[in-house]
Amino acid sequence: METLSQLLSILLSTIRDVLPIIAIVFGFQLLVIRRPIPHLKRVLFGFIYVIVGLALFLLGLDKALFPIGELMAQQLTDPAFIRGTVATTGEALHWSDYYWVYIFAFAIGASTTIAEPSLIAVAIKANEVSGGAIGVWGLRLAVALGVAIGISLGTWRIVTGYPIHWFIISGYIVVVIQTFFAPKLIVPLAYDSGGVTTSTVTVPLVAALGLGLASTVPGRSALIDGFGLIAFASLFPMITVMGYAQITEIVARRDRRRRERAKMVKQE
Amino acid sequence: MSNVVIALGRSMAGSLRDLLPIVLVIAFFQLVVLQQPVPDLVGLLTGLLCVVAGLTFFIYGLEMGLFPIGQVLANAFARKGSLFWLLVFSFSLGFGTTVAEPALIAVAAEAASVAAEGGMIESTDSARSGYASGLRYTVAFSVGLAIVVGVIRILKGWPIHYMIAIGYVLVVIMTGFAPREIIGIAYDSGGVTTSTITVPLVTALGVGLASAIEGRNPMIDGFGLIAFASLTPMIFVMAYGMVV
Repeated sequence: METLSQLLSILLSTIRDVLPIIAIVFGFQLLVIRRPIPHLKRVLFGFIYVIVGLALFLLGLDKALFPIGELMAQQLTDPAFIRGTVATTGEALHWSDYYWVYIFAFAIGASTTIAEPSLIAVAIKANEVSGGAIGVWGLRLAVALGVAIGISLGTWRIVTGYPIHWFIISGYIVVVIQTFFAPKLIVPLAYDSGGVTTSTVTVPLVAALGLGLASTVPGRSALIDGFGLIAFASLFPMITVMGYAQITEIVARRDRRRRERAKMVKQE
Repeated sequence: MSNVVIALGRSMAGSLRDLLPIVLVIAFFQLVVLQQPVPDLVGLLTGLLCVVAGLTFFIYGLEMGLFPIGQVLANAFARKGSLFWLLVFSFSLGFGTTVAEPALIAVAAEAASVAAEGGMIESTDSARSGYASGLRYTVAFSVGLAIVVGVIRILKGWPIHYMIAIGYVLVVIMTGFAPREIIGIAYDSGGVTTSTITVPLVTALGVGLASAIEGRNPMIDGFGLIAFASLTPMIFVMAYGMVV
């Protein structure tokens, strides 16, 4: 019964979020374009599926994943737990004593990205537009790796307390340099994958991890140092997606060369 | 009817596979690393069931509703050839979907308390809520502007990397002048503005426009709208932090 009322309230707030979009889309369709929408019934059912799906998804996250994820983020950043893994107590903690935090950040970053609905949407579209050249799974795994690296580096930054803009600016420099060497087709998609990765699933869990960490590490302020993980998570996928395209290109080129060489040998 | 059931079943299996990594990670850390029992196992399982069903419906509806409507709108605007209305539409899509975004509302509230702590505004409720809603409208405006700039880029066929590089330079310059407290939030605000429903719609719009206009490649010109939408908020939030 409690779940049902929770579902209802989440459903209502999802509808409220979608309402501006529906109003804009159908308003322009009716007032500016003035043409009927093809397969209107199908499209409307599609919207209903999206709303119901998103509401169920959020309800499930609220009931199952967020409580345990947030609890674990707290437990893993708890000084008592971190001290427990260190043999000598009483000493000041070194940044390397937080190794479980980095591993957790990596694992939770990668696994939540795989389940991110907006990334699935973009991957489907990219696969369709590229005529299958960009695999749905290749893109999703490349993005997941990027988020994982980004978030574990971000937790390391919170522990060590280095200023965030050093990391972000060096990341930007890497992105700009990579842009010149990556295949032209992938660049816009790679830029997009930065913003796409962080929505419904990743943000709450990652925010809990950052705030938990910043409030337990001595000398950090939850308000100032707790933020910034999302920025890391949206920077590194650009690098890994371009890297993925570069590696596939290199492999394809090597295969082609090998095949040509084999052909030449045969002809001789 | 049976087709629908088979399709739903297949995407359900896909959703299960998508969620498996999270379940494994949580189980491993809970049982092996932290060595704690899993609290409320029944609640956890029903929750997971909801997540799987929700993801299935979402992706099913995506291909039925959101993708086609984005495509239809893009085609209609390209055929009608009214630049003015296309840009008005782009701006309202960006602004309208961002201003109500729950993640943004949460981030704006956090930013207001940071600003109060840093002494930038008075530590009263009204000052804080004024700051938060000012920030929200700033970010929404910047996302609307980003979609407009991105759409103009698709129409003109400008290369994206110069524009993004200019954006990065602006971010770096702003970082030098913005108050230190706001920087983390500004960087984060880029990532949180693009919601689960906005992304598919905006992507379909970009790809649809690029395929409808002659001489544009949907792969090179169609993507990139989200990139703009996650870059401009950083610049505008830092500017807001400097001005207010």
